[in-house]
Amino acid sequence: MPTVDDIREALRGVMDPEIPTISLVDLGVITNISISPDNVAHISMTPTFTGCPAIDYMRDDVRRRVGEMGFADVDVQIDFDVQWNSNRVTEEGRKRLLQHGLAPPAPYEGVLELEVLNNTPCPFCGSHSTVLQSPFGPTLCRSIHYCNSCRQSFEGFKPI
Amino acid sequence: MNDTAALRDLLLRMADDELIIAHRNSEWTGLGPIMEEDIAFSSIAQDKLGHSLGLYRILESLGGAEPDAVAFGRSEGEFRCCQLVEYPIGGYDFSLMRHFLHDTAELLRYEMLERSSFEPLARLATKIKGEIKYHLFHANTWIAQLGARGSEESHARMQSALNEVFPLALGIFEPSDYETELAAEGIFPGEAALRGKWLETIAVTLEKGTLILPSLDAVTPAYGGRKGYHTEHLKPLLDEMTEVFRIDPSAEW
Repeated sequence: MPTVDDIREALRGVMDPEIPTISLVDLGVITNISISPDNVAHISMTPTFTGCPAIDYMRDDVRRRVGEMGFADVDVQIDFDVQWNSNRVTEEGRKRLLQHGLAPPAPYEGVLELEVLNNTPCPFCGSHSTVLQSPFGPTLCRSIHYCNSCRQSFEGFKPI
Repeated sequence: MNDTAALRDLLLRMADDELIIAHRNSEWTGLGPIMEEDIAFSSIAQDKLGHSLGLYRILESLGGAEPDAVAFGRSEGEFRCCQLVEYPIGGYDFSLMRHFLHDTAELLRYEMLERSSFEPLARLATKIKGEIKYHLFHANTWIAQLGARGSEESHARMQSALNEVFPLALGIFEPSDYETELAAEGIFPGEAALRGKWLETIAVTLEKGTLILPSLDAVTPAYGGRKGYHTEHLKPLLDEMTEVFRIDPSAEW
């Protein structure tokens, strides 16, 4: 019988629909996995941003992938019992964001100060000489920056 | 039972504010003065729509109808949004000032609700607060920028927008019939407490923008929205927003 760890491992192969280099596990949106005695897999997920339109696609992808593992049923819940914050992105996840050309969210302790958005390291050349152009980008979770060193715009995954 | 009525009223006010301001903000899509601003108002709209959905879902869990039916199936008089959010977008000065005054109140409200005894709301408040911080970061930057570091014209326009929006914004805090119950149950400390904090908080940013708040004695708060009395602007907004939904309310999207 597949275990909870097997499910987690399988979900490492389910990618964010908007950032296809990062898995849902590394993004930190999978908040709980359990298997009940009746052989039903229960997975809890939480969206990055409350209004994230990708969450329904993610839920369907999770249901489909875990559905291939031989459980009697798969139950996927979306809730806010455990809330997503950008510190939930794993080390591996940060590397994967960089691979996609996105600056990973700055880790923080305690209360987030949005000043951290200034001088976000450039994902292309690594320079810290960058400016925040807008805290809003093409998706809810992205901000837009400009690198003074390699002289181009780049996007960042917002710390939250 | 009274507590549930009190809770429903609070949730409906908040959810309707979020839904209607989201729709208004989305009207800047394609029209923003520069591309970053176009994207900012569009993103903020999408966030707020998500917030309204979260609140309508809690209402559903208390025995209400499903979120789409509540958002798109009600008539004007059943909405509990404040009149502030109904007004057309006007010029960018009006929209920025509304964004600033409204979102400051919102952030403070969710900060209070994080400690609410009603846990589903407390959890959602924590989640939403992190997102509104970005909205306010945007609003505060422009208030300071256009107020103090822009031109004489930008300062004059922001001051004039403040004079116009302030009485409307006071309508956010129209007392409900349930203030005592909500406070006694530890659900929400109340509109008066929120208004007090709001006045202190907006004063700090307005000073950075060298803008002067009209005297409270000289203005009449735009009340009525929380009781279902709306401006002439809400109905056309609802007609447009619900046009597609009404063609086939049972359609799967």
